Amino acid sequence: MALTFAMPGKRFVIGVPYTWLVVFFMLPFLILAYISFVDMGNDISPFKPIWDSETGLLHLKYENYYTIFQSGEGGLFQTLYIEAYLRSLWYALCTAVLCLLIGYPFSYFIARSAPSVRPALLMMVMLPFWTSFLLRVYAWKGILADQGVVNQMLMALGLTAEPIQMLYTDVSMLVGMTYVYLPFMVLPLYANLVKMDFRLLEAAYDLGASPFKAFWLVTVPLSKAGIIAGFMLVFIPCVGEFVIPSLLGGPENIMIGRVVWDEMFTSNNWPRASALAVVMIGLIVVPLAVYYHFSGDAAEPRA
Amino acid sequence: MADVASKDNYLVTEKLIKRFDEAVAVDEVNLSIKQGEIFALLGSSGCGKSTLLRMLAGFETPTSGRILLSGQDVAKLAPHERPFNMMFQSYALFPHLDLWENVAFGLKREGLPKQEVTQRVGQMLDLVQLTPYAKRKPHQLSGGQQQRVALARSLAKRPKVLLLDEPLGALDKKLREQTQFELVNIIEKVGVTCVMVTHDQEEAMTMAGRIAVMSKGRVLQVGSPQDIYEYPSSRFVADFIGSVNLLDGKISIDEADHCAVQTAIGEVHVGYSISGTVDMPAAVAVRPEKVSIGKQAPAGMSRNLFTGKVKEIAYFGSYNTYIVLTPQGTRMKITEPNGSRLDSLDITWEDNVFFWWDDTDALVLRN
Repeated sequence: MALTFAMPGKRFVIGVPYTWLVVFFMLPFLILAYISFVDMGNDISPFKPIWDSETGLLHLKYENYYTIFQSGEGGLFQTLYIEAYLRSLWYALCTAVLCLLIGYPFSYFIARSAPSVRPALLMMVMLPFWTSFLLRVYAWKGILADQGVVNQMLMALGLTAEPIQMLYTDVSMLVGMTYVYLPFMVLPLYANLVKMDFRLLEAAYDLGASPFKAFWLVTVPLSKAGIIAGFMLVFIPCVGEFVIPSLLGGPENIMIGRVVWDEMFTSNNWPRASALAVVMIGLIVVPLAVYYHFSGDAAEPRA
Repeated sequence: MADVASKDNYLVTEKLIKRFDEAVAVDEVNLSIKQGEIFALLGSSGCGKSTLLRMLAGFETPTSGRILLSGQDVAKLAPHERPFNMMFQSYALFPHLDLWENVAFGLKREGLPKQEVTQRVGQMLDLVQLTPYAKRKPHQLSGGQQQRVALARSLAKRPKVLLLDEPLGALDKKLREQTQFELVNIIEKVGVTCVMVTHDQEEAMTMAGRIAVMSKGRVLQVGSPQDIYEYPSSRFVADFIGSVNLLDGKISIDEADHCAVQTAIGEVHVGYSISGTVDMPAAVAVRPEKVSIGKQAPAGMSRNLFTGKVKEIAYFGSYNTYIVLTPQGTRMKITEPNGSRLDSLDITWEDNVFFWWDDTDALVLRN
């Protein structure tokens, strides 16, 4: 009786976010997928309907996808789009790895510190969120510019006579992305590490493992779920990152977000922009799905 | 002779002290543990027994004092450098590794050849009868099985000393009784020197060859389970181990072969001499099962015979417990084995009874 009584509430609680996802994610994605299969339009209506009303024929245009993978001059996979994809994946990977390298010791330290200071330390991780994201990225311009803080310091110390070009390079872009996404690595890692039973490390020492070995053989494998969660939270948005590369990145290292933007607003080619976006989602979702399919391990309960 | 001495003093702690800030957790503990024995540290929580064990394992650094293994100081060695292995309370099995890998963990750290690791893990799993479960993860095992894995893991490296931290604490009562014999059998089969920590006196009595009773960081008495039960050296030990009737008083007779103590219920005669003086304050300890109870006074008994009224009776199946209130207001606890079904039936609430014991059944404890 109590169960049936509780059911409408349960449905409502689950239903709201699902409805949200269907309306604001699933439907737009379907529209995007639809546009990716139609012809380019004009300034007023940027794409043509899939159903040709004069001939009565269905008009599926695969060329939007075809041109992503095959160009006239180059061979298969030799297009600028593929380059941009690979570059995006590479930068996202670099960012995620950097975040992991910086974030892991950070999270470990917070998780191992006295419970009374942990909230303060966590607060400091989240403190940057209190200021605008754009402001924080702009601040890096001031720091990394030719006349910026870092260069002025280097010159004052006599380490360099000329300012070193840092802004608008891979370095400045990676610095910016790592800085912005670091909390997304720290928080899941912390949540995982703080649960770890310290006695397991003692057991490892007791059985002859050096502190490093114990860390590598016990702490790291047990924090696998946290590492994966943090990695995904950084990697996935970084692949499509648009703002940071446009503000801090150079003209050579164009990422896929920028390419989609250009197709959409410069070339006014909505179908191609859509096709590019669909492929990008595929690039991220397919490996993820494969991973989750084969790692039944990740959901295993921890003793 | 020298050989015997080193066997008796295999693991020695010398004036071992551990302070946490100002609190003294372990206070000048001197122990010598024999090679091959099972030695229990027994005490209630906070008595310092766990800190002592953690110092032996190397997880805590002694504030001062030495830990000697065969005469060599190991107090400065890190845990992974000591030939000691510990079976942790609630086991601390690695949840991400299967049973085989858990047992192999320590052996692999030694850099043993693969073949030898395989062979020794196999031996260990056979020893604890878990070979069919080698590929299971710890959470797929029952509590008793996990405990055996933990034992196998800590024995795999053939430690010189095995440390057991509340080895049966995580098991339910029924399983505990069965497991404690199993555990002792395995340890004795391997022949390893073993130091265990427990708060459960029954566990200490059944498993250990010798027991050290601890309180407030100090060792109060070391001895065999019988010694500690029959001849407790202090009020605390007498009270902590089993149950006891403690009667405070003053020494009234002090002769070469016997003595007596004047207590609230009367003069209690004790059949051995003590090194004390008349009028010195002392207490008499009598175990409840050493006291007899009856409605009639036994013939020819004049000493250590008292009267009282039955206030409570508790039936425990194999024995009965009576609480008898004396005219002086002292409560005495008396247990009688439930030998024959008719024996104790005639004693009931509010009955006036006699109770008595032999001279040799009471102990004098100095305060």
